[in-house]
Amino acid sequence: MIERLTYLWPEITLFIGACVAVVLGLSPKAEVRQQTPVVVGLALIVAAALGIATPPAPSWAIMPGLMAFAKPLIALVGLLLLLTAVGSVDRDEEAAIRAGKEFNALRITSAEFYAFFLFSLTGAMLCATAGDLVWLFLALELTSLPTYVMVVLSGRGRRGFERSQEAGVKYFFLGALGAAIFLYGFALLYGGTGTTRFVEMGAYFAENGMNAIAAAGMVLSLVGVSFKIAAVPMHFYTADVYQGSSSGVAAFLAFVPKTAGMISILLLVSTVGWTFESGSLSPMVDSLLWALAVLTMTVGNVLAVLQSSVKRMLAYSSIAHSGYMLVGVVAGPGGGAFASNGISAVMFYLLCYGVMNTGAFAVLAALERSRDGEPEEADSFDDIKGLCRTHPWLGWSLVLTMLSLLGFPPILGFFAKVPLFTSALGADRVALVVILAINSAIAAYYYLRVVATSMLEPPGESRVRSAGVPSRVVAAALSAAGVLVFAVFGDALMGASEQAGDVLVFIDSDAPHGEPLPAEPHLDHLEIEHHGASPEGHGEQVSLGR
Amino acid sequence: MLAVLMLVPLLFAVGVLLAPARRARDVALLGTVIALVLTVYAMFVFDWNFTADRAQLGMTVEWLPRLGLNFSLGVDSVALWLIVLTSLLGPLCVLGSWTAIQSQQRTFYGWLLALQAAMTGVFAAKDLMLFYICFEFTLIPMFVLIRVFGSTNRKAASVKFFLYTFTGSIIALAGLLYVVWFATRTGVGWTLDIETLGRVAMGMPLENQALVLLALLAGFAVKVPLFPVHTWLPLAHTEAPTAGSVILAGVLLKLGTYAIYRFVLPFTPAAVVEYAPAIAVLCIIGIIYAGLICWVQTDVKKLVAYSSVSHLGFCVLGLIALNSTGITGSVLYMINHGLSTGALFFLIGFMYERYHTRSMRELGGLAAKMPVWATFMVFFTMASVGLPGLNGFVSEFLCMLGTFQADSGWGDAEGVMPGATWGVLGPWFAAFAATGVIVAAMYLLYMVGRMCFGPLVEPPAHDEHDEHHEGALPRDLTAREIGVLLPLAALCLYLGLQPSPLMRSIASPINSTVQLVRGASEAPPSPPLMGAPAGDLAGDVPAHGDDAVHSPAGTEVVR
Repeated sequence: MIERLTYLWPEITLFIGACVAVVLGLSPKAEVRQQTPVVVGLALIVAAALGIATPPAPSWAIMPGLMAFAKPLIALVGLLLLLTAVGSVDRDEEAAIRAGKEFNALRITSAEFYAFFLFSLTGAMLCATAGDLVWLFLALELTSLPTYVMVVLSGRGRRGFERSQEAGVKYFFLGALGAAIFLYGFALLYGGTGTTRFVEMGAYFAENGMNAIAAAGMVLSLVGVSFKIAAVPMHFYTADVYQGSSSGVAAFLAFVPKTAGMISILLLVSTVGWTFESGSLSPMVDSLLWALAVLTMTVGNVLAVLQSSVKRMLAYSSIAHSGYMLVGVVAGPGGGAFASNGISAVMFYLLCYGVMNTGAFAVLAALERSRDGEPEEADSFDDIKGLCRTHPWLGWSLVLTMLSLLGFPPILGFFAKVPLFTSALGADRVALVVILAINSAIAAYYYLRVVATSMLEPPGESRVRSAGVPSRVVAAALSAAGVLVFAVFGDALMGASEQAGDVLVFIDSDAPHGEPLPAEPHLDHLEIEHHGASPEGHGEQVSLGR
Repeated sequence: MLAVLMLVPLLFAVGVLLAPARRARDVALLGTVIALVLTVYAMFVFDWNFTADRAQLGMTVEWLPRLGLNFSLGVDSVALWLIVLTSLLGPLCVLGSWTAIQSQQRTFYGWLLALQAAMTGVFAAKDLMLFYICFEFTLIPMFVLIRVFGSTNRKAASVKFFLYTFTGSIIALAGLLYVVWFATRTGVGWTLDIETLGRVAMGMPLENQALVLLALLAGFAVKVPLFPVHTWLPLAHTEAPTAGSVILAGVLLKLGTYAIYRFVLPFTPAAVVEYAPAIAVLCIIGIIYAGLICWVQTDVKKLVAYSSVSHLGFCVLGLIALNSTGITGSVLYMINHGLSTGALFFLIGFMYERYHTRSMRELGGLAAKMPVWATFMVFFTMASVGLPGLNGFVSEFLCMLGTFQADSGWGDAEGVMPGATWGVLGPWFAAFAATGVIVAAMYLLYMVGRMCFGPLVEPPAHDEHDEHHEGALPRDLTAREIGVLLPLAALCLYLGLQPSPLMRSIASPINSTVQLVRGASEAPPSPPLMGAPAGDLAGDVPAHGDDAVHSPAGTEVVR
């Protein structure tokens, strides 16, 4: 247990940051309160640095390279999210205080907001650290619980607060339902395998194959966790919740729970493994993931086409992106090199998605329109008409991030999608690749609409103006720069995700499946190999002995 | 050198954006002229003794090595000629839009230059993904040109153009990556180098080749466009501004045929041989059907647009004749069609600037008012019809001759038909395609007869509007407009009279392609690879190759 603490420094940092944020955010002095986001940002930077310096993978990690990639990823995209979310709460209250209103700690919510922001990120990081089901459950809940509150807080004191409240409650109840489903699944997995640890579970499956209880548990777990990544059929909340929360929080919802969920799915599926010849992949898990992927991307894209609100469109498109990532999960680790490793592809896609999707939301967050004299977030296609002319920075950022989400070459989103293609082709998933290609084409329709509206239309009737939060413009510009710069110098990031795509694969040497393998004397009963590009510890053995 | 050819238009595109709006067209003209001069210089640097060597004028810079992506350029003579065509049309397009584009000039010229860079990149790319990136990137500039500067129905046209081609090409990407996988499994490692892939891809079993062929055609046939997927083209052509139409007809459609030449033939030779008759039928349907549609058009621009569909049918037919005559004709066709149809679109654009209509009901007998325009019109129509002595004739004749000869049943081995070469088409295909020539003569002569000769018809209430309102343009063509058309006319004439230097220069790359296809299709097919397990095949992927280390001592499970 103590040994595990050495892997937790990023989480500990974020936790301390959250505690400091609670104190600072409630300070009666306005100057001190204003420093809260700075502290949060510093905590994220430190956590990112600590995450990069994660020590070599421990024996309980079923994905040895995951932590060193996922933690900096979450912290750095978290920084972008922070820039986008700044100013989501308390703006009216702070203005009133500046105008002479008395400070009332009960009416100030930024302390909670920023603390929850960091708590949720902590949860997502803890998912990457998870070595067993209990830990994973707690981490997933820590990721989600703060977000329910953030949704409601972000709408407080604004127009349409009822919608935020509705969104928060809906998100909470459906989230609880999802949690119940995967908790039940975890319990059955424990019942079926007799262990909660992933590595032992993997060994169990390799040796004994799948049994009915574990299979039910695996299905329930995957379906329940797919709530976090907003995969069909657990996607129903997405559009309403994103629309009900402010754009900054919507960006947060589109990335943080999704990352946590995607990591959890990878950890869970790793226990069953991907390799056919060892017989350890249950066809059931395979077809479940296949169906999830196809349904998720198709439903997400088709529904996104129909939307008239940009935020709802982005919500559905985020569903579609989950579907794309599931393609990588289905493809599996392949030979380990970047182009053939579906897990690396998922990791790299998460990174790119975090950058480009946050940028798109940041543009929306940076704009507001006035309706009946009250400010309201920009949301409709009318609001972004001619944005490149009225707000060039925001407009071009929107164009670039949208083209990137579309997967248009030579922008980052394209290079994120190519590994999904190559890894799925490498796993001979031709049908899946064709569906992915067709879906990309459907997606082109609605992303192109945004591009054309903001770049080529003359400015519309709707008078949008800057929301007056410069950090959001910075976030948008950073994402836009990111999708260009990483498209040119992305190789290092690909290398990092290649490391993260390393998975332990369990091979039962006297497998009863198919042709019995000739007995090889040098092979012991069970063999564990690193599949994929492992760091220095190439082919190191993982002992299950205690 | 090729990188410079891509970089110059890009730099000037940025320059256009930074320049004051009034100077935009000057900057654009300067940029395209410099690119043209550099292209001419490249032709001198190019070693014409080694025309099949794609290493020429090239460079390779690593881009994303983990994806195997290199910024790798290099041309053989076929690609070089197409780059020359691109660079030639560049300044002409700028000059041709000199007065037509009045507002948002920076947007127009900026994207026009970006488009030129991307098209050059397509022809110059030696790396499969670089090719794809440039191929796709052409969509955005063209989308903007149609969307912003098109006529009434421009929104629908631009979206249809984008979605059609994007959908097709992303499926083609899947097909191309499948080929990369196959090559990887044969042991050459993960590479995106087109030549390397071309050498090993032919080993693919027929079933897989057929799949890949289908995927590639999904992308490239849309771009060409072949018969059932051509519907975006007339709309896009009609709505696009003049320069857009010229580029679209002149170069963008050739991206499709070039891609068929560069990828489909070497990557899936056996499948092409197997399915060539089916593709040829599609081409012939396109030739005749589009020709008949032309005949009933009243919109003269739409007529020329449909004629492109018909003409490119010949071009693809020549390619899949799979003999050097046909492919040579096809490559010539790419260049000739770019010259003559490009010029026709210029002419229609110039006419449109004066009359603001393209309907043949409202126009007629313009030779009386615009003799110079009418002269050029007749000239380029003749070039397009394929009048002997002009360029269109040579290429069309070669395409059909190649199709005619491509009958292995009559093979020279048996000595039955001395002229016949190896191939799977034959006289019947040529005969049906030839009816397309008659149809083409009918509709083009009908058009030119209606527009240029006969009683003078001008749009009603147009005269005073034009004379007083937009008096900037005189009745007949200006010196600038003549200057745009003259180089094209000269080349049409030259290539009609003296095609052999050009044909000689492209002979050797074409011959090696023919050898490749022929050799591959005669080789015994290898067993299917479908359904092979992922794990061990993927192990061939290079870099960190030592991915599955078996532990000799094993591990213990303690329960």
